Amino acid sequence: MARSTSKDAQDLFRALWSAYSATPTNLKIIDLYVIYAVFTALIQVVYMALVGSFPFNSFLSGVLSCIGTAVLAVCLRIQVNKENKEF
Amino acid sequence: MLLLPRMASNLARSLLLLLFAFSICDAVAIPGPISDRHRSAALELFAPHHGSFASLEETYEALRVFEILAVGDKPDVRTTTCPKVLENLGSPTPLKDLFYALKVNGILKCKVNKDVFKDIASKLKATVKDAKTLVDLYYSIGSLVLIKDQASDVDVLLADANGTFQTIKALSQSDGKWRYTDKPESSTYAAAPYCQVNSVKNDILKLFDSIEKYDDGTFYFDEKLVGGHEHQGSISTTSSVVRGVSAFAAVTSGKINLPGDKILGLAKFFLGIGIPGDAKDFFNQIESLALLESNRISIPLVLSLPATVYSLSNKDQIKVRVNTVLGSAAPPLTVKLVRAFSTGAKDSAIIDNKELKYDQNSGHHVLDVLPNKVDVGTYVFVFEMVLHDSDGEKVYATGGQIHVPVYFTGIVKVSNAEIAVLENDLGSVETQKTLDLAGNDIVSLSANHLQKLRLSFRLTTPLGHAFKPHQAFLKLTHEKKYEHIFVVGNAGKKFEIVLDFLGLVEKFYYLSGRYDIELTVGDAVMENSFLRPLGHVELDLPEAPTSKAPRLPPLAVDPYTRYGPKAEITHLFRAPEKRPPTQLSLIFLGLTLLPLIAFLVGLLRLGVNFRNFPSSAVPATYAILFHLGIAAILVLYVLFWLKLDLFTTLKTAALLGVFLLFVGHRILSHLATTSAKLKSA
Repeated sequence: MARSTSKDAQDLFRALWSAYSATPTNLKIIDLYVIYAVFTALIQVVYMALVGSFPFNSFLSGVLSCIGTAVLAVCLRIQVNKENKEF
Repeated sequence: MLLLPRMASNLARSLLLLLFAFSICDAVAIPGPISDRHRSAALELFAPHHGSFASLEETYEALRVFEILAVGDKPDVRTTTCPKVLENLGSPTPLKDLFYALKVNGILKCKVNKDVFKDIASKLKATVKDAKTLVDLYYSIGSLVLIKDQASDVDVLLADANGTFQTIKALSQSDGKWRYTDKPESSTYAAAPYCQVNSVKNDILKLFDSIEKYDDGTFYFDEKLVGGHEHQGSISTTSSVVRGVSAFAAVTSGKINLPGDKILGLAKFFLGIGIPGDAKDFFNQIESLALLESNRISIPLVLSLPATVYSLSNKDQIKVRVNTVLGSAAPPLTVKLVRAFSTGAKDSAIIDNKELKYDQNSGHHVLDVLPNKVDVGTYVFVFEMVLHDSDGEKVYATGGQIHVPVYFTGIVKVSNAEIAVLENDLGSVETQKTLDLAGNDIVSLSANHLQKLRLSFRLTTPLGHAFKPHQAFLKLTHEKKYEHIFVVGNAGKKFEIVLDFLGLVEKFYYLSGRYDIELTVGDAVMENSFLRPLGHVELDLPEAPTSKAPRLPPLAVDPYTRYGPKAEITHLFRAPEKRPPTQLSLIFLGLTLLPLIAFLVGLLRLGVNFRNFPSSAVPATYAILFHLGIAAILVLYVLFWLKLDLFTTLKTAALLGVFLLFVGHRILSHLATTSAKLKSA
């Protein structure tokens, strides 16, 4: 069954990827920006886990600004998405 | 008053005697009249520099002081001063110099030509007419008066005396009262028939109402009540008032009703100054006293005692002197001792109503016989002067009853002195030695902590009464220089102290060894006060318990170390937080920048283009500006992180934000319209 599960996973992944490719470019740009912001935040969290939270202000400002900009970008994506026209 | 000096006992004893003698002598309450000390001080203060004085004013002050005090061998300044005087009288000079030149001439009597006086007189009369200030009027009228005295045939009468007087009154209203008292003096000289005497009299009485008073009956004028412009000080103010009032009294015929005690108070004020150190104060004091001595209102008489400390053992006699303020003889009078009482028992008087005999040779009034009831101590003697001439009451001011503190010293008998070591519980005597406190022998005792030391003696006054001295101390000094002082208490005549060593072990810091014993008995009226080492006692005290190790106090500290700099305190900063190693931080910095690169790469792969970038001029600039604005804000972030503080950053951010808002709105609206146009088309 493992083989089929992995094959199913691969198939699922490919299906998702092809569906995603259909999205318009501007939305893809926004998605890319969101992923970038989240990754930056993650790296900062990992760093804090490593060395401790001494300048806690710095940690907070770094992480929260990344998360904030990601959230705002998501809002923009929702508004720009043509499929949400009825809202 | 008396101290416990740490010196050899002989030196200490003599010092004690000197100290108490000086302390009592300084307490004379009545200021004496002018004496030879004033004369020698005058010679010192008014010493001319190279044969002449600095200014005419100082010359006049010096000459007048020498004249009043009748100082012998005063410096002769005629040769240098007369030419100065002549020079000032000849050429045109300021009024003040002219005034003082004339005053100096009045004393020195230099040879001045009559024409010079005539010339000056006419010039002065013109000045009087146009004088604008009170000072000018004072000097000019004063000079006219002086010319009248020195050259009697020169005409000095003022043309319009009444008008002058009105000007004086008007100017004095605005200038302050103190000069007002000087002006009537000069104005009345020159304008005798015209002045309004009564109004000036009333003003003088009003001025005297504002006189200030010290508690012992001294009267003086204070500057703040009379409103001078420069800082005058009470000596100058009071002397100006005295000058004005006495000059006025000399000129007017009527009587000024000033109470005699105020005049006496003013005399006491000037005498109470003692010998002033400043030449101007000295001059003011001497001149005012001279005016008070011969004024027409009432002449003060001063009662003084040459000494107020009398020794019973020497059988001193009480002497009293009565003089005028300058030290000359008083009119015939008798001094009565109204009452004398001890300061401790104010109600019972030991002497009542005795008259003092007058000794022609010395000029003193002497109390020949002192009653037997006078013992050592402090007394108050109340004197009163009775003039032989009954009319004298109006002319002289005697001051009623005068209270004088008098001290009687004597030998206090010290007897029955003995020192003993007692057993603690039973009180039985182990060793007992009698002491002769007048002699020099010392005792040697030994005791342990279970015993007591007892010292006792008796003190008796010459009349056999009990005597409690100011100081009765017993001092024990250890070899290591630790001192312990105890007060010897008394019951009547017997003085006794018992030192219980059991209770004192801790006070003595558990130190055993040899203690030196010293007894001090002293009082201001005791002529034989003593500080006597009695000997030593070998004390055997138990060891200090280790739990309570006695902390010996530090001995007399060198004052320089006590107030010197203390140890430096270094601040302990909070230990800094542990920071991660630099390389790790830098690695993660790189890692953080990685997603940015990935983002840009992804954008390129998605085929990001600049198609919608407007090409025509106006929107293009807006677009560029918009992008530049955003870049600027990012740069501001970086700068804020690196260098700037919050305030400047916020200011710049606000400015940039406004700019960006404006530009962004333009470009985005442009884009929106173009896309709308595209859609509709």
